[in-house]
Amino acid sequence: MKALTFTLLAEPEERLDLSALTPAGLAGLADVQIEKLRVGTTRNPALVGDVFKVTGKDPQSIIFEGGSARFDKIGTGLSGGAIRVTGDVGLEAGRKMSGGALLIDGSAGDHAGSCMVDGRLEIKGNAGDYLGGPLAGEITGMEGGLLIVRGKAGNYAGERLRRGIIAIVKGCGDYAGYRMIAGSIVVAGRVGAMPGYLMKRGSLFLDRRPENLAPTFVDCGETDIAFSGVFDQFLIREKIMDKPLLGARPGKFGGDIAVSGKGEILFRRGR
Amino acid sequence: MNQMHQLNRNGVVIDDTFAEAFGMRATAIIITAPTLKWARQAAITMTGYATSVIGCGCEAAIDRDLPASKTPDGRPGCRVMIFAMGTDELQKQLKNRLGQCVLTSPGSACFADLEGTAPLDLGNALRYFGDGWQISKKFGGKHYWRVPVMDGEFLCEATTGLTKLAVGGGNLLFLAADNAKAMRAAERAVAAIEKVPGAIMPFPGGVVRSGSKVGGKYKGMMASTNDAFAPTLRGVVNSALTPEVNAVLEIVIDGENNDAVAAAMRAGLKAVIELGPKRGAVRISAGNYGGKLGKFHYHLKDLLP
Repeated sequence: MKALTFTLLAEPEERLDLSALTPAGLAGLADVQIEKLRVGTTRNPALVGDVFKVTGKDPQSIIFEGGSARFDKIGTGLSGGAIRVTGDVGLEAGRKMSGGALLIDGSAGDHAGSCMVDGRLEIKGNAGDYLGGPLAGEITGMEGGLLIVRGKAGNYAGERLRRGIIAIVKGCGDYAGYRMIAGSIVVAGRVGAMPGYLMKRGSLFLDRRPENLAPTFVDCGETDIAFSGVFDQFLIREKIMDKPLLGARPGKFGGDIAVSGKGEILFRRGR
Repeated sequence: MNQMHQLNRNGVVIDDTFAEAFGMRATAIIITAPTLKWARQAAITMTGYATSVIGCGCEAAIDRDLPASKTPDGRPGCRVMIFAMGTDELQKQLKNRLGQCVLTSPGSACFADLEGTAPLDLGNALRYFGDGWQISKKFGGKHYWRVPVMDGEFLCEATTGLTKLAVGGGNLLFLAADNAKAMRAAERAVAAIEKVPGAIMPFPGGVVRSGSKVGGKYKGMMASTNDAFAPTLRGVVNSALTPEVNAVLEIVIDGENNDAVAAAMRAGLKAVIELGPKRGAVRISAGNYGGKLGKFHYHLKDLLP
Protein backbone atom coordinates (compact mmCIF):
# COMPACT_ATOMS: atom_id res chain seq x y z
CA MET A 1 0.00 0.00 0.00
CA LYS A 2 1.32 3.42 -0.93
CA ALA A 3 2.14 5.86 1.85
CA LEU A 4 -0.56 8.36 2.74
CA THR A 5 0.90 11.54 1.28
CA PHE A 6 0.01 15.16 2.00
CA THR A 7 1.44 17.35 -0.73
CA LEU A 8 1.59 21.03 0.22
CA LEU A 9 -0.33 23.13 -2.32
CA ALA A 10 1.04 26.53 -1.22
CA GLU A 11 2.63 28.18 1.78
CA PRO A 12 -0.15 28.18 4.39
CA GLU A 13 -1.64 31.55 5.28
CA GLU A 14 -2.05 30.65 8.94
CA ARG A 15 -0.30 28.44 11.48
CA LEU A 16 -1.45 24.86 11.18
CA ASP A 17 -2.14 22.41 13.97
CA LEU A 18 -1.28 19.05 12.37
CA SER A 19 -1.63 16.99 15.54
CA ALA A 20 -4.59 15.06 14.09
CA LEU A 21 -2.58 13.75 11.13
CA THR A 22 -0.98 10.74 12.76
CA PRO A 23 -1.32 7.04 11.89
CA ALA A 24 -3.65 6.47 14.85
CA GLY A 25 -5.68 9.61 14.13
CA LEU A 26 -6.19 8.77 10.46
CA ALA A 27 -6.77 5.02 10.76
CA GLY A 28 -10.06 4.05 9.16
CA LEU A 29 -10.79 7.48 7.67
CA ALA A 30 -11.70 7.83 4.00
CA ASP A 31 -9.97 10.43 1.81
CA VAL A 32 -13.05 12.66 1.95
CA GLN A 33 -13.09 12.57 5.73
CA ILE A 34 -9.37 13.33 5.90
CA GLU A 35 -9.72 16.30 3.57
CA LYS A 36 -12.38 17.77 5.85
CA LEU A 37 -10.26 17.65 8.99
CA ARG A 38 -9.57 21.06 10.45
CA VAL A 39 -5.92 22.04 10.60
CA GLY A 40 -6.08 25.84 10.61
CA THR A 41 -5.90 27.82 13.81
CA THR A 42 -7.72 31.05 12.90
CA ARG A 43 -11.40 31.92 13.22
CA ASN A 44 -11.97 30.57 9.73
CA PRO A 45 -9.65 27.60 9.89
CA ALA A 46 -8.27 25.83 6.87
CA LEU A 47 -9.15 22.21 6.23
CA VAL A 48 -6.72 19.53 5.12
CA GLY A 49 -8.08 19.72 1.59
CA ASP A 50 -7.42 23.48 1.47
CA VAL A 51 -3.75 23.04 2.22
CA PHE A 52 -2.77 19.61 0.93
CA LYS A 53 -3.40 17.30 -1.95
CA VAL A 54 -4.04 13.90 -0.34
CA THR A 55 -2.89 10.72 -2.09
CA GLY A 56 -2.02 7.20 -1.00
CA LYS A 57 -3.78 4.88 1.40
CA ASP A 58 -1.45 3.60 4.12
CA PRO A 59 -1.90 5.66 7.29
CA GLN A 60 0.93 3.76 9.01
CA SER A 61 3.32 5.53 6.67
CA ILE A 62 2.61 9.23 6.29
CA ILE A 63 4.60 11.63 4.12
CA PHE A 64 4.32 15.41 4.04
CA GLU A 65 5.65 16.56 0.69
CA GLY A 66 6.90 20.04 1.38
CA GLY A 67 7.18 21.75 4.71
CA SER A 68 6.70 25.06 6.42
CA ALA A 69 7.67 26.76 9.64
CA ARG A 70 3.90 27.02 10.13
CA PHE A 71 3.51 23.23 10.43
CA ASP A 72 2.94 23.05 14.19
CA LYS A 73 2.43 19.99 16.38
CA ILE A 74 3.26 17.51 13.66
CA GLY A 75 3.46 13.96 15.00
CA THR A 76 1.96 14.93 18.35
CA GLY A 77 1.29 11.79 20.39
CA LEU A 78 2.69 9.55 17.66
CA SER A 79 2.47 6.03 19.04
CA GLY A 80 3.42 3.90 16.06
CA GLY A 81 4.07 3.96 12.35
CA ALA A 82 6.15 6.56 10.60
CA ILE A 83 5.83 10.18 9.55
CA ARG A 84 8.24 11.93 7.22
CA VAL A 85 8.31 15.61 6.38
CA THR A 86 10.38 16.65 3.39
CA GLY A 87 10.76 20.24 4.58
CA ASP A 88 10.71 22.40 7.70
CA VAL A 89 8.22 22.18 10.55
CA GLY A 90 7.07 24.61 13.21
CA LEU A 91 6.51 24.31 16.93
CA GLU A 92 6.22 21.20 19.10
CA ALA A 93 7.06 18.56 16.49
CA GLY A 94 6.78 15.09 17.96
CA ARG A 95 5.48 16.36 21.28
CA LYS A 96 4.49 13.52 23.60
CA MET A 97 5.47 10.85 21.08
CA SER A 98 5.24 7.40 22.60
CA GLY A 99 6.46 5.29 19.70
CA GLY A 100 7.07 5.15 15.98
CA ALA A 101 9.39 7.34 13.98
CA LEU A 102 9.19 10.97 12.95
CA LEU A 103 11.72 12.14 10.38
CA ILE A 104 12.00 15.78 9.49
CA ASP A 105 14.21 16.52 6.51
CA GLY A 106 14.34 20.23 7.29
CA SER A 107 14.51 22.24 10.50
CA ALA A 108 12.14 22.31 13.46
CA GLY A 109 10.92 25.15 15.66
CA ASP A 110 10.85 25.38 19.44
CA HIS A 111 9.85 22.54 21.72
CA ALA A 112 10.54 19.74 19.22
CA GLY A 113 10.20 16.40 20.99
CA SER A 114 8.65 18.11 23.98
CA CYS A 115 7.85 15.55 26.66
CA MET A 116 8.27 12.63 24.27
CA VAL A 117 8.14 9.27 26.01
CA ASP A 118 9.41 6.84 23.41
CA GLY A 119 10.06 6.46 19.71
CA ARG A 120 12.57 8.11 17.43
CA LEU A 121 12.50 11.73 16.30
CA GLU A 122 15.15 12.79 13.83
CA ILE A 123 15.60 16.33 12.59
CA LYS A 124 18.05 16.63 9.72
CA GLY A 125 18.28 20.40 9.95
CA ASN A 126 18.37 22.63 13.03
CA ALA A 127 16.07 22.67 16.04
CA GLY A 128 14.79 25.66 17.99
CA ASP A 129 14.88 26.31 21.71
CA TYR A 130 13.63 23.97 24.43
CA LEU A 131 14.41 20.78 22.51
CA GLY A 132 12.55 17.97 24.34
CA GLY A 133 11.59 20.43 27.06
CA PRO A 134 8.31 20.93 28.89
CA LEU A 135 5.74 23.57 28.14
CA ALA A 136 5.02 26.18 30.79
CA GLY A 137 3.55 24.57 33.87
CA GLU A 138 4.79 21.06 33.10
CA ILE A 139 7.08 19.42 35.63
CA THR A 140 9.24 17.23 33.42
CA GLY A 141 10.52 17.32 29.87
CA MET A 142 11.35 14.36 27.68
CA GLU A 143 10.85 11.02 29.42
CA GLY A 144 12.22 8.54 26.91
CA GLY A 145 13.04 7.76 23.31
CA LEU A 146 15.74 8.96 20.97
CA LEU A 147 15.83 12.51 19.64
CA ILE A 148 18.47 13.31 17.04
CA VAL A 149 19.26 16.75 15.62
CA ARG A 150 21.72 16.60 12.73
CA GLY A 151 22.19 20.36 12.77
CA LYS A 152 22.27 22.82 15.65
CA ALA A 153 19.86 23.19 18.54
CA GLY A 154 18.88 26.40 20.28
CA ASN A 155 18.96 27.30 23.95
CA TYR A 156 17.69 25.12 26.77
CA ALA A 157 18.06 21.84 24.86
CA GLY A 158 16.99 18.97 27.10
CA GLU A 159 15.41 21.15 29.77
CA ARG A 160 14.02 18.96 32.58
CA LEU A 161 15.05 15.83 30.69
CA ARG A 162 14.14 12.79 32.72
CA ARG A 163 14.90 9.79 30.49
CA GLY A 164 16.01 9.02 26.97
CA ILE A 165 18.72 10.39 24.74
CA ILE A 166 19.01 13.70 22.92
CA ALA A 167 21.82 13.84 20.38
CA ILE A 168 22.81 17.12 18.71
CA VAL A 169 25.44 16.83 16.04
CA LYS A 170 26.48 20.43 15.29
CA GLY A 171 26.40 22.21 18.61
CA CYS A 172 23.78 23.95 20.69
CA GLY A 173 23.00 27.17 22.46
CA ASP A 174 23.12 28.13 26.11
CA TYR A 175 21.81 26.17 29.08
CA ALA A 176 21.85 22.70 27.50
CA GLY A 177 20.49 20.24 30.06
CA TYR A 178 19.01 23.02 32.16
CA ARG A 179 17.50 21.56 35.34
CA MET A 180 17.71 18.04 33.91
CA ILE A 181 16.59 15.22 36.17
CA ALA A 182 18.27 12.28 34.44
CA GLY A 183 18.83 10.91 30.93
CA SER A 184 21.55 11.71 28.42
CA ILE A 185 22.37 14.62 26.15
CA VAL A 186 25.01 14.20 23.47
CA VAL A 187 26.47 17.28 21.83
CA ALA A 188 29.11 17.31 19.16
CA GLY A 189 30.24 20.80 18.28
CA ARG A 190 30.28 23.98 20.27
CA VAL A 191 28.17 24.11 23.42
CA GLY A 192 26.92 27.46 24.67
CA ALA A 193 27.15 28.85 28.18
CA MET A 194 26.16 27.07 31.36
CA PRO A 195 25.62 23.50 30.16
CA GLY A 196 24.00 21.35 32.84
CA TYR A 197 23.00 24.36 34.91
CA LEU A 198 21.05 23.07 37.95
CA MET A 199 21.07 19.47 36.71
CA LYS A 200 20.27 16.96 39.46
CA ARG A 201 21.40 13.76 37.77
CA GLY A 202 21.94 12.59 34.23
CA SER A 203 24.76 13.00 31.74
CA LEU A 204 25.97 15.45 29.17
CA PHE A 205 28.36 13.86 26.71
CA LEU A 206 30.45 16.38 24.78
CA ASP A 207 33.10 16.06 22.11
CA ARG A 208 35.15 18.86 23.68
CA ARG A 209 35.87 20.46 27.02
CA PRO A 210 32.97 22.77 27.92
CA GLU A 211 33.55 26.50 28.33
CA ASN A 212 31.51 28.80 30.53
CA LEU A 213 30.52 26.20 33.08
CA ALA A 214 28.65 27.26 36.19
CA PRO A 215 31.00 27.59 39.19
CA THR A 216 29.01 24.85 40.87
CA PHE A 217 30.58 22.19 38.63
CA VAL A 218 33.73 20.54 39.93
CA ASP A 219 36.53 19.00 37.92
CA CYS A 220 36.66 15.25 38.60
CA GLY A 221 39.69 14.76 36.35
CA GLU A 222 40.32 12.07 33.81
CA THR A 223 38.24 8.89 33.95
CA ASP A 224 39.25 5.44 32.78
CA ILE A 225 35.87 3.78 32.28
CA ALA A 226 34.50 1.05 30.03
CA PHE A 227 31.26 2.97 29.60
CA SER A 228 32.70 5.47 27.13
CA GLY A 229 33.59 2.65 24.73
CA VAL A 230 30.14 1.11 24.95
CA PHE A 231 28.41 4.44 24.44
CA ASP A 232 30.67 5.45 21.57
CA GLN A 233 29.87 2.15 19.85
CA PHE A 234 26.17 2.80 20.31
CA LEU A 235 26.42 6.25 18.73
CA ILE A 236 28.29 4.87 15.74
CA ARG A 237 25.95 1.90 15.38
CA GLU A 238 22.92 4.23 15.37
CA LYS A 239 24.71 6.39 12.77
CA ILE A 240 24.48 9.37 15.08
CA MET A 241 28.26 9.79 15.00
CA ASP A 242 30.77 8.49 12.49
CA LYS A 243 33.66 8.43 14.97
CA PRO A 244 33.96 8.03 18.76
CA LEU A 245 32.54 11.00 20.64
CA LEU A 246 34.17 10.53 24.03
CA GLY A 247 37.14 8.33 23.22
CA ALA A 248 39.13 6.54 25.88
CA ARG A 249 39.59 8.28 29.21
CA PRO A 250 37.15 11.17 28.90
CA GLY A 251 37.33 14.07 31.30
CA LYS A 252 34.56 14.61 33.81
CA PHE A 253 32.90 17.47 35.63
CA GLY A 254 30.51 16.62 38.44
CA GLY A 255 27.56 18.77 39.33
CA ASP A 256 25.52 20.75 39.62
CA ILE A 257 26.39 20.84 43.31
CA ALA A 258 24.01 23.77 43.69
CA VAL A 259 21.41 20.98 43.66
CA SER A 260 22.16 17.28 44.26
CA GLY A 261 25.47 17.19 42.38
CA LYS A 262 24.94 13.72 41.01
CA GLY A 263 25.01 14.76 37.38
CA GLU A 264 28.04 14.56 35.12
CA ILE A 265 29.55 16.17 32.08
CA LEU A 266 31.81 13.71 30.28
CA PHE A 267 33.89 15.19 27.52
CA ARG A 268 36.56 14.17 25.07
CA ARG A 269 39.92 15.39 26.30
CA GLY A 270 42.39 17.24 24.12
CA ARG A 271 39.86 19.44 22.32
CA MET B 1 32.42 -56.61 34.14
CA ASN B 2 29.01 -55.85 32.68
CA GLN B 3 28.68 -57.35 29.24
CA MET B 4 27.80 -54.87 26.54
CA HIS B 5 28.19 -54.69 22.82
CA GLN B 6 31.32 -52.82 21.86
CA LEU B 7 32.40 -50.88 18.80
CA ASN B 8 35.92 -50.17 17.68
CA ARG B 9 37.34 -47.05 16.06
CA ASN B 10 41.06 -46.70 15.30
CA GLY B 11 41.77 -49.45 17.83
CA VAL B 12 39.83 -47.71 20.59
CA VAL B 13 36.96 -49.71 22.02
CA ILE B 14 33.70 -47.76 22.28
CA ASP B 15 31.15 -49.08 24.75
CA ASP B 16 27.60 -49.34 23.46
CA THR B 17 26.29 -47.20 26.24
CA PHE B 18 25.08 -43.67 26.81
CA ALA B 19 25.67 -40.60 28.92
CA GLU B 20 22.64 -39.66 30.94
CA ALA B 21 22.09 -35.92 31.41
CA PHE B 22 19.60 -33.62 33.07
CA GLY B 23 17.67 -30.49 32.28
CA MET B 24 19.15 -27.44 33.99
CA ARG B 25 18.76 -23.68 34.17
CA ALA B 26 21.61 -21.67 32.74
CA THR B 27 22.81 -18.21 31.88
CA ALA B 28 25.77 -16.62 30.17
CA ILE B 29 27.66 -13.38 30.63
CA ILE B 30 30.62 -11.64 29.05
CA ILE B 31 33.33 -10.34 31.35
CA THR B 32 35.74 -7.79 29.91
CA ALA B 33 38.82 -6.04 31.25
CA PRO B 34 41.69 -3.89 29.95
CA THR B 35 43.60 -7.07 29.08
CA LEU B 36 42.60 -10.68 28.46
CA LYS B 37 44.70 -11.67 31.46
CA TRP B 38 42.48 -9.68 33.80
CA ALA B 39 39.25 -10.66 32.08
CA ARG B 40 40.22 -14.29 32.52
CA GLN B 41 41.27 -13.65 36.11
CA ALA B 42 37.81 -12.34 36.94
CA ALA B 43 36.17 -15.21 35.08
CA ILE B 44 38.35 -17.87 36.67
CA THR B 45 37.69 -16.44 40.12
CA MET B 46 33.96 -16.29 39.46
CA THR B 47 33.83 -19.88 38.26
CA GLY B 48 35.99 -21.27 41.04
CA TYR B 49 34.37 -23.79 43.37
CA ALA B 50 31.67 -24.44 40.79
CA THR B 51 32.35 -27.98 39.70
CA SER B 52 29.13 -29.67 40.70
CA VAL B 53 25.69 -28.62 41.91
CA ILE B 54 26.01 -31.35 44.53
CA GLY B 55 28.29 -29.27 46.70
CA CYS B 56 28.79 -25.93 44.99
CA GLY B 57 25.29 -24.78 44.19
CA CYS B 58 26.14 -24.32 40.55
CA GLU B 59 28.41 -25.46 37.76
CA ALA B 60 30.33 -22.81 35.89
CA ALA B 61 33.27 -22.28 33.59
CA ILE B 62 34.62 -20.14 30.80
CA ASP B 63 32.91 -21.00 27.52
CA ARG B 64 35.41 -19.14 25.34
CA ASP B 65 37.72 -16.17 25.12
CA LEU B 66 36.56 -13.21 23.06
CA PRO B 67 38.72 -10.76 21.12
CA ALA B 68 38.14 -7.06 21.64
CA SER B 69 36.21 -6.87 18.38
CA LYS B 70 33.58 -9.28 19.72
CA THR B 71 32.77 -7.62 23.05
CA PRO B 72 30.30 -4.81 23.81
CA ASP B 73 32.96 -2.40 25.09
CA GLY B 74 35.73 -3.17 22.63
CA ARG B 75 38.01 -4.72 25.23
CA PRO B 76 39.15 -8.34 25.44
CA GLY B 77 36.93 -10.65 27.41
CA CYS B 78 35.51 -14.08 27.93
CA ARG B 79 32.11 -15.70 27.94
CA VAL B 80 31.17 -17.45 31.15
CA MET B 81 28.32 -19.92 31.58
CA ILE B 82 26.65 -20.83 34.86
CA PHE B 83 24.30 -23.75 35.42
CA ALA B 84 22.04 -24.63 38.35
CA MET B 85 19.13 -26.90 39.05
CA GLY B 86 16.65 -24.07 39.75
CA THR B 87 16.13 -20.43 38.85
CA ASP B 88 16.37 -19.15 42.43
CA GLU B 89 19.66 -20.92 43.09
CA LEU B 90 21.04 -19.72 39.77
CA GLN B 91 20.14 -16.13 40.62
CA LYS B 92 21.72 -16.46 44.06
CA GLN B 93 24.93 -17.92 42.71
CA LEU B 94 25.10 -15.35 39.93
CA LYS B 95 24.63 -12.43 42.28
CA ASN B 96 27.13 -13.66 44.85
CA ARG B 97 29.82 -14.61 42.37
CA LEU B 98 29.39 -11.41 40.38
CA GLY B 99 29.57 -9.30 43.50
CA GLN B 100 32.50 -11.03 45.10
CA CYS B 101 34.58 -11.99 42.09
CA VAL B 102 33.84 -9.68 39.13
CA LEU B 103 32.92 -6.39 40.76
CA THR B 104 36.11 -6.74 42.78
CA SER B 105 38.40 -7.55 39.85
CA PRO B 106 40.42 -4.59 38.47
CA GLY B 107 39.05 -2.97 35.34
CA SER B 108 36.23 -5.44 34.91
CA ALA B 109 32.88 -4.92 33.20
CA CYS B 110 30.05 -7.37 32.77
CA PHE B 111 27.47 -7.83 30.00
CA ALA B 112 24.57 -10.16 29.28
CA ASP B 113 25.16 -12.81 26.66
CA LEU B 114 22.07 -14.95 26.55
CA GLU B 115 18.64 -14.21 25.10
CA GLY B 116 16.47 -16.12 27.51
CA THR B 117 12.92 -16.66 28.58
CA ALA B 118 13.28 -14.58 31.71
CA PRO B 119 15.73 -12.01 33.08
CA LEU B 120 18.25 -12.67 35.83
CA ASP B 121 19.60 -9.71 37.75
CA LEU B 122 23.19 -8.64 37.16
CA GLY B 123 23.74 -4.95 37.78
CA ASN B 124 20.24 -4.68 39.20
CA ALA B 125 21.48 -6.78 42.10
CA LEU B 126 24.78 -4.95 42.60
CA ARG B 127 23.92 -1.32 41.96
CA TYR B 128 23.40 -0.53 45.63
CA PHE B 129 27.12 -0.91 46.14
CA GLY B 130 27.25 2.53 44.54
CA ASP B 131 25.65 3.97 47.66
CA GLY B 132 23.55 6.44 45.71
CA TRP B 133 26.28 7.37 43.21
CA GLN B 134 25.38 4.59 40.77
CA ILE B 135 24.18 5.75 37.37
CA SER B 136 21.53 4.03 35.28
CA LYS B 137 21.81 4.26 31.50
CA LYS B 138 19.42 2.84 28.93
CA PHE B 139 20.26 2.90 25.25
CA GLY B 140 20.18 0.60 22.26
CA GLY B 141 17.65 -1.66 23.96
CA LYS B 142 20.03 -2.31 26.85
CA HIS B 143 20.08 -1.16 30.45
CA TYR B 144 23.40 -0.58 32.19
CA TRP B 145 24.49 0.32 35.68
CA ARG B 146 27.64 2.33 36.28
CA VAL B 147 28.93 1.85 39.79
CA PRO B 148 31.82 4.04 40.94
CA VAL B 149 34.77 2.05 42.32
CA MET B 150 38.35 2.83 43.23
CA ASP B 151 39.80 2.33 39.73
CA GLY B 152 36.98 4.11 37.93
CA GLU B 153 33.65 2.45 37.30
CA PHE B 154 32.19 -1.02 37.29
CA LEU B 155 29.98 -1.15 34.21
CA CYS B 156 27.40 -3.89 34.39
CA GLU B 157 24.35 -4.67 32.33
CA ALA B 158 21.19 -4.71 34.45
CA THR B 159 20.06 -8.23 33.60
CA THR B 160 20.99 -11.24 31.56
CA GLY B 161 18.83 -14.02 30.17
CA LEU B 162 17.84 -17.36 31.61
CA THR B 163 17.43 -20.49 29.54
CA LYS B 164 15.46 -23.52 30.65
CA LEU B 165 16.76 -25.56 27.72
CA ALA B 166 20.18 -26.14 29.24
CA VAL B 167 21.52 -29.65 29.75
CA GLY B 168 23.97 -30.75 32.43
CA GLY B 169 25.80 -34.02 32.85
CA GLY B 170 26.96 -35.02 29.41
CA ASN B 171 30.07 -37.11 29.98
CA LEU B 172 32.80 -39.27 28.56
CA LEU B 173 34.95 -41.81 30.42
CA PHE B 174 38.46 -42.45 29.11
CA LEU B 175 39.86 -45.82 30.18
CA ALA B 176 43.62 -46.14 29.72
CA ALA B 177 46.56 -48.32 30.59
CA ASP B 178 48.03 -45.78 32.98
CA ASN B 179 47.47 -42.32 34.41
CA ALA B 180 49.65 -40.55 31.85
CA LYS B 181 47.71 -42.00 28.94
CA ALA B 182 44.37 -41.28 30.56
CA MET B 183 45.49 -37.70 31.14
CA ARG B 184 46.71 -37.34 27.56
CA ALA B 185 43.36 -38.53 26.27
CA ALA B 186 41.45 -36.25 28.61
CA GLU B 187 43.53 -33.22 27.67
CA ARG B 188 42.98 -33.92 23.96
CA ALA B 189 39.25 -34.11 24.58
CA VAL B 190 39.23 -30.91 26.63
CA ALA B 191 41.10 -29.04 23.91
CA ALA B 192 38.60 -30.21 21.32
CA ILE B 193 35.53 -29.48 23.42
CA GLU B 194 36.78 -26.00 24.31
CA LYS B 195 36.25 -25.09 20.66
CA VAL B 196 32.55 -25.99 20.82
CA PRO B 197 30.45 -22.89 21.57
CA GLY B 198 27.85 -23.10 24.31
CA ALA B 199 29.43 -26.01 26.19
CA ILE B 200 31.55 -25.95 29.32
CA MET B 201 33.47 -28.49 31.38
CA PRO B 202 33.15 -27.35 35.00
CA PHE B 203 35.67 -29.66 36.69
CA PRO B 204 39.34 -28.76 37.27
CA GLY B 205 40.91 -28.24 33.88
CA GLY B 206 37.77 -29.84 32.48
CA VAL B 207 38.67 -33.23 33.96
CA VAL B 208 37.27 -35.20 36.91
CA ARG B 209 38.96 -38.21 38.47
CA SER B 210 36.39 -38.87 41.16
CA GLY B 211 33.45 -40.03 39.10
CA SER B 212 30.51 -40.88 41.32
CA LYS B 213 27.49 -43.06 41.63
CA VAL B 214 24.23 -41.96 43.23
CA GLY B 215 24.09 -42.37 47.03
CA GLY B 216 26.40 -44.47 49.19
CA LYS B 217 26.50 -46.71 52.22
CA TYR B 218 26.67 -43.77 54.62
CA LYS B 219 23.54 -41.85 55.55
CA GLY B 220 23.22 -38.48 53.86
CA MET B 221 25.70 -39.13 51.08
CA MET B 222 24.20 -37.88 47.81
CA ALA B 223 27.06 -39.40 45.83
CA SER B 224 29.96 -41.70 46.45
CA THR B 225 32.88 -43.15 44.51
CA ASN B 226 32.14 -44.91 41.26
CA ASP B 227 33.63 -48.18 42.47
CA ALA B 228 32.90 -49.97 39.20
CA PHE B 229 35.46 -47.68 37.50
CA ALA B 230 38.02 -47.55 40.34
CA PRO B 231 40.97 -49.72 39.24
CA THR B 232 42.15 -50.43 42.78
CA LEU B 233 38.82 -52.11 43.50
CA ARG B 234 38.92 -54.35 40.45
CA GLY B 235 38.18 -57.86 41.63
CA VAL B 236 36.57 -56.90 44.91
CA VAL B 237 33.53 -55.11 43.40
CA ASN B 238 31.46 -55.65 40.28
CA SER B 239 34.06 -53.81 38.22
CA ALA B 240 33.56 -52.35 34.77
CA LEU B 241 37.29 -52.50 34.10
CA THR B 242 39.24 -55.07 32.14
CA PRO B 243 42.76 -56.05 33.25
CA GLU B 244 44.58 -53.68 30.87
CA VAL B 245 42.83 -50.61 32.32
CA ASN B 246 44.61 -48.96 35.23
CA ALA B 247 43.31 -45.39 35.14
CA VAL B 248 40.03 -43.71 34.24
CA LEU B 249 39.34 -40.01 33.80
CA GLU B 250 36.02 -38.40 33.07
CA ILE B 251 34.92 -35.25 31.33
CA VAL B 252 31.60 -33.75 32.34
CA ILE B 253 29.87 -31.39 29.91
CA ASP B 254 27.14 -28.82 30.48
CA GLY B 255 25.60 -27.22 27.44
CA GLU B 256 23.36 -24.33 26.55
CA ASN B 257 21.08 -26.87 24.92
CA ASN B 258 20.89 -30.48 23.79
CA ASP B 259 22.77 -29.78 20.56
CA ALA B 260 25.70 -28.15 22.34
CA VAL B 261 26.22 -31.18 24.59
CA ALA B 262 25.99 -33.57 21.66
CA ALA B 263 28.45 -31.48 19.66
CA ALA B 264 30.87 -31.36 22.58
CA MET B 265 30.73 -35.11 23.14
CA ARG B 266 31.20 -35.69 19.44
CA ALA B 267 34.28 -33.47 19.44
CA GLY B 268 35.73 -35.20 22.50
CA LEU B 269 35.17 -38.65 21.07
CA LYS B 270 36.77 -37.73 17.77
CA ALA B 271 39.85 -36.27 19.43
CA VAL B 272 40.48 -39.31 21.63
CA ILE B 273 39.79 -41.81 18.87
CA GLU B 274 42.31 -40.01 16.65
CA LEU B 275 44.86 -40.16 19.47
CA GLY B 276 44.60 -43.95 19.45
CA PRO B 277 44.99 -46.60 22.17
CA LYS B 278 48.79 -46.64 22.32
CA ARG B 279 49.07 -43.00 23.36
CA GLY B 280 45.68 -42.47 24.96
CA ALA B 281 42.56 -44.40 25.92
CA VAL B 282 42.05 -48.04 25.05
CA ARG B 283 38.36 -47.72 25.70
CA ILE B 284 35.74 -44.98 25.91
CA SER B 285 32.60 -45.29 27.97
CA ALA B 286 29.99 -43.01 29.50
CA GLY B 287 28.17 -42.74 32.79
CA ASN B 288 24.48 -43.21 33.32
CA TYR B 289 21.97 -44.23 35.96
CA GLY B 290 20.11 -46.77 33.91
CA GLY B 291 18.28 -44.09 32.00
CA LYS B 292 15.69 -43.44 34.67
CA LEU B 293 16.88 -40.14 36.14
CA GLY B 294 17.86 -37.90 33.27
CA LYS B 295 15.78 -37.27 30.18
CA PHE B 296 18.76 -36.65 27.89
CA HIS B 297 20.57 -39.77 26.67
CA TYR B 298 23.66 -39.42 24.50
CA HIS B 299 24.49 -42.78 22.95
CA LEU B 300 28.16 -42.99 22.05
CA LYS B 301 27.48 -44.99 18.89
CA ASP B 302 25.42 -42.06 17.56
CA LEU B 303 28.23 -39.59 18.15
CA LEU B 304 31.12 -41.45 16.58
CA PRO B 305 33.11 -39.80 13.80
